[in-house]
Amino acid sequence: MIVGSPKESFTGEARVAMTPASALALQKLGHECVIEAGAGTLAGYSDDHYREAGADVVANAAELFARADIIAKVRPPTTSEIELAAGKTLISFFYPGQQAELMQSAVDNGVNVIAMDMVPRISRAQKMDALSSMANIAGYRSVIEAGNNFGRFFTGQVTAAGKVQPAKVLVIGAGVAGLAAIGAAQSLGAIVRAFDVRPEVAEQIESMGAEFLFLDFDEQTDGAETGGYASPSSPEFREKQLELFRQQAPEVDIVITTALIPGRDAPKLWLDDMVAAMKNGSVVVDLAAERGGNCDATVPDQKVVTENGVTVIGYTDFPSRMATQSSDLYATNIRHMLTDLTPEKDGVIVHDMEDDVIRGATVAYNGENTYPPPAPKIQAIAKQQPKEKPKELTAEEKRAEEIAAFKKETKTQIGLIAIGAAAILAMGLIAPASFMQHFIVFVLSVFIGFQVIWNVSHSLHTPLMAVTNAISSIIILGALMQIGSSSFLITLLAALGILMAAVNIFGGFLVTRRMLAMFQKS
Amino acid sequence: MDYGFTTAAYVVAAVLFILSLGGLSGQESAKRAVWYGIVGMAIAVLATLVGPGVGLWWLSIVLIAIGAVVGYQLATRVEMTQMPELVAIMHSLVGLAAVFVGFNADIMINHAASLYVETGGVLGAVQADGLTAVGLPKEVHNGLSAFGQLVAKKTGVEIGILRVELALGIWIGAVTFTGSVVAYGKLSGGSSKLPFKIDTSAKQLPGGHLLNALAAAFSLLMLFMYLSGSGSWTLVLLTVAALFIGCHLIMGIGGADMPVVVSMLNSYSGWAAAAIGFSLGNDLLIVVGALVGSSGAILSYIMCKAMNRSFVSVILGGFGGTAGEQMAVEGEQIAIDADGVATVLSEADSVVIVPGYGMAVAQAQQAVSELTRKLRAQGKEVRFAIHPVAGRLPGHMNVLLAEAKVPYDIVLEMDEINDDFPETDVVIVIGSNDIVNPAAQDDPNSPIAGMPVLEVWKSKQVIVSKRGQGTGYSGIENPLFFKENTRMFYGDAKQSLDQLLPKLAQ
Repeated sequence: MIVGSPKESFTGEARVAMTPASALALQKLGHECVIEAGAGTLAGYSDDHYREAGADVVANAAELFARADIIAKVRPPTTSEIELAAGKTLISFFYPGQQAELMQSAVDNGVNVIAMDMVPRISRAQKMDALSSMANIAGYRSVIEAGNNFGRFFTGQVTAAGKVQPAKVLVIGAGVAGLAAIGAAQSLGAIVRAFDVRPEVAEQIESMGAEFLFLDFDEQTDGAETGGYASPSSPEFREKQLELFRQQAPEVDIVITTALIPGRDAPKLWLDDMVAAMKNGSVVVDLAAERGGNCDATVPDQKVVTENGVTVIGYTDFPSRMATQSSDLYATNIRHMLTDLTPEKDGVIVHDMEDDVIRGATVAYNGENTYPPPAPKIQAIAKQQPKEKPKELTAEEKRAEEIAAFKKETKTQIGLIAIGAAAILAMGLIAPASFMQHFIVFVLSVFIGFQVIWNVSHSLHTPLMAVTNAISSIIILGALMQIGSSSFLITLLAALGILMAAVNIFGGFLVTRRMLAMFQKS
Repeated sequence: MDYGFTTAAYVVAAVLFILSLGGLSGQESAKRAVWYGIVGMAIAVLATLVGPGVGLWWLSIVLIAIGAVVGYQLATRVEMTQMPELVAIMHSLVGLAAVFVGFNADIMINHAASLYVETGGVLGAVQADGLTAVGLPKEVHNGLSAFGQLVAKKTGVEIGILRVELALGIWIGAVTFTGSVVAYGKLSGGSSKLPFKIDTSAKQLPGGHLLNALAAAFSLLMLFMYLSGSGSWTLVLLTVAALFIGCHLIMGIGGADMPVVVSMLNSYSGWAAAAIGFSLGNDLLIVVGALVGSSGAILSYIMCKAMNRSFVSVILGGFGGTAGEQMAVEGEQIAIDADGVATVLSEADSVVIVPGYGMAVAQAQQAVSELTRKLRAQGKEVRFAIHPVAGRLPGHMNVLLAEAKVPYDIVLEMDEINDDFPETDVVIVIGSNDIVNPAAQDDPNSPIAGMPVLEVWKSKQVIVSKRGQGTGYSGIENPLFFKENTRMFYGDAKQSLDQLLPKLAQ
């Protein structure tokens, strides 16, 4: 099969769906690669790079669409591109939920569409999860853009010229982009706080070094039901949430909002009054601008400065602003998708509609609309187990507990001693003195055994067993005492006993010596 | 030599034995401790040989010499990986010896009784003072062996107690004997030298523990009949019942629980010796038997605690029924090849190796040691994490690593190292499974829920060397293998490591 990538037709899009590296990898799968002239220029890959990697460079899009069997691109196709791709396979972002017309056109033209944004969120599909890889870049870039427009340091410093306060960054929505933003801001030295409606991500936020803003509210959403994404919240919850943000607004210098709910407009979380409450020179970066934005003041694709001097960045092309990096990652996602589609690595595409990942991502197949896909066979993410927080004990409670434990221990010990003493006394009443003499020896030995063995080092348990095994052949004494009997049967049995015990004595001690000799210090 | 000398020697021997066990608290003192044990045993045997009333001492010495040769052969030929089997089979010898000695005591009682009948007396009859036995005529008494004289002097109550003791000794000895043989068969698996094959999985005859209970009840019945003077045949039947219990009980316990079983049998062999010591009136036997018995009991207790299971549930066989549906494991196992492992290791600063039974099976300890040496030579921190129940014998892994000359001060216990995993770059899991299973903590329905495990998944990267995708001894799916930071390094542990070693930079 021939895999081809055209130059992106969307204005300002710098990414490309095939890099020289991915072209090499695709050829190993048995595919041929073609690329439109100049497709990689903005991402830093010249046509010569592609030629070196063994890809054919064709002059224009029309020729490319004519030659390729599989078209891989980044942005959703235009209607004319769909028509060019009639009867072929197209892999790109597609957003089938929002683009009904484009869907219809794809179905009508018999294009098999694999939408990279529809790849299910299961572990196996992570390697082709382009939304995550792009979100990761967007998150990082959002911090860089914020820093670019923020007139101060991120990190706090004490210098001869005065003390510099560290910047306070608030990240709303801790998805992939949010977490990447937390990481980037954190490593620049800022104080990072983060909020998410899904309480289970608190651990992830804290693992990135940020402080999780805890919202005390009963209703908790579990991201597991929606494939790891957030779901809409109730009005009461929303009010609580906005109250929290209102408190934060005067304090924070940089706000990065990443809140998105699948298939809906972005929720408005950073309202005009919050922007107004922010300090002069603060920055808001709205990563949800493409879907209307989380911030009231956001203008998509633009940077605006409000009356009180707050910069609101509404760019929608963060990944494209780091075209080389994002092309590399996206091309790798595409390659993984093609690897799954080429199970035999022989250049033959097997479009397996039974496979959860491929089925989930395919939105149009053989002239049929296959969106939305059925629920995947395996649950995306394990359901969150509600965790009981261990109760913090006060000093008095601890003390009381210790005393109780001590009393209990004393009680059991005294109880055991009493029972033991009673048992021995009872025995002493009926048993003759000769037996009791031996019995005392026995009880004391058991005690010594218990006391001594507790101290044996763990790593020496095997030698301990070998030694005790050797020692237990002390039974040989019994046999030795009996062998001198006049009865032949006794002599025979005793002789056998001596023989076996002797084997044990020598075997046991020798093997222990062997083992112990091996233990050595470094 | 008189009786006083023997007793003095016994006291010295007993002290030496206690020192010997106590000395095992550290690797260095242990080397001295084993000599205490050897000297103690030598003193005990010599004192008994030269002591009063031992005849046929030349035969005894010949027998001991033969035993020495056999024991030497066993001890020097055995592979360190076969240590559990060796210990198990040696227990069976002690058990059998205890049975023989016990039967001898019974024969001697009958013999003494018949002598009394010949001389017109009754065994155990009491003199007018109510304390000392009537005794045999002097010339008959002197004709008996030392043990015979001891028995002949006993009063009726003492004879009764003697019978209880010897029956107990025989019973425990018999259980130890068959139990150890079965344990040996299970531990050695395919390489068993037994004439019959023993299935390593937990299998019981139909009827299960009811059969054991019946056999135990039958033993008790036989004991009462024996005490009431029904004759020696009751003792034989009691032995048969005990042999059956030992065999059937251990048969029903799965291979994974063998560490507990072996230390339990160790304990039994001690109790058997102690019981025999009572019947022979020999204090040293009692002391040592009690020491061995209590040490085995403690070891079993430690093992059970490490698996978070009660002793009873181990003895009754297998894992208890699960309370509910286990968590399904999703995701896939991601494989890695030797090159990948080499890269990961070259980038790591701290490495923890978690060995398990798989390392013993593959005889990979030398390769592991070589890997350790290479990594340490590169200035990396390499440590070993040993779970209390790793392997098939308590401390099994320590012995194997020691054999391969891994310094023992980098071999750590679970409690010592569990908190360090989050700061560890790479954990290499070699042939262990259940002891690193996160389900023990996460899944309340898992059969191993609550068992303390090594928290390897908290480290940055886990590499699992494993033969295939199968489950562990307990047959439980291990979510660790599906974690994102886990890579599966498939193949026999030794071969995998041999592939890996040349790829590591010197």
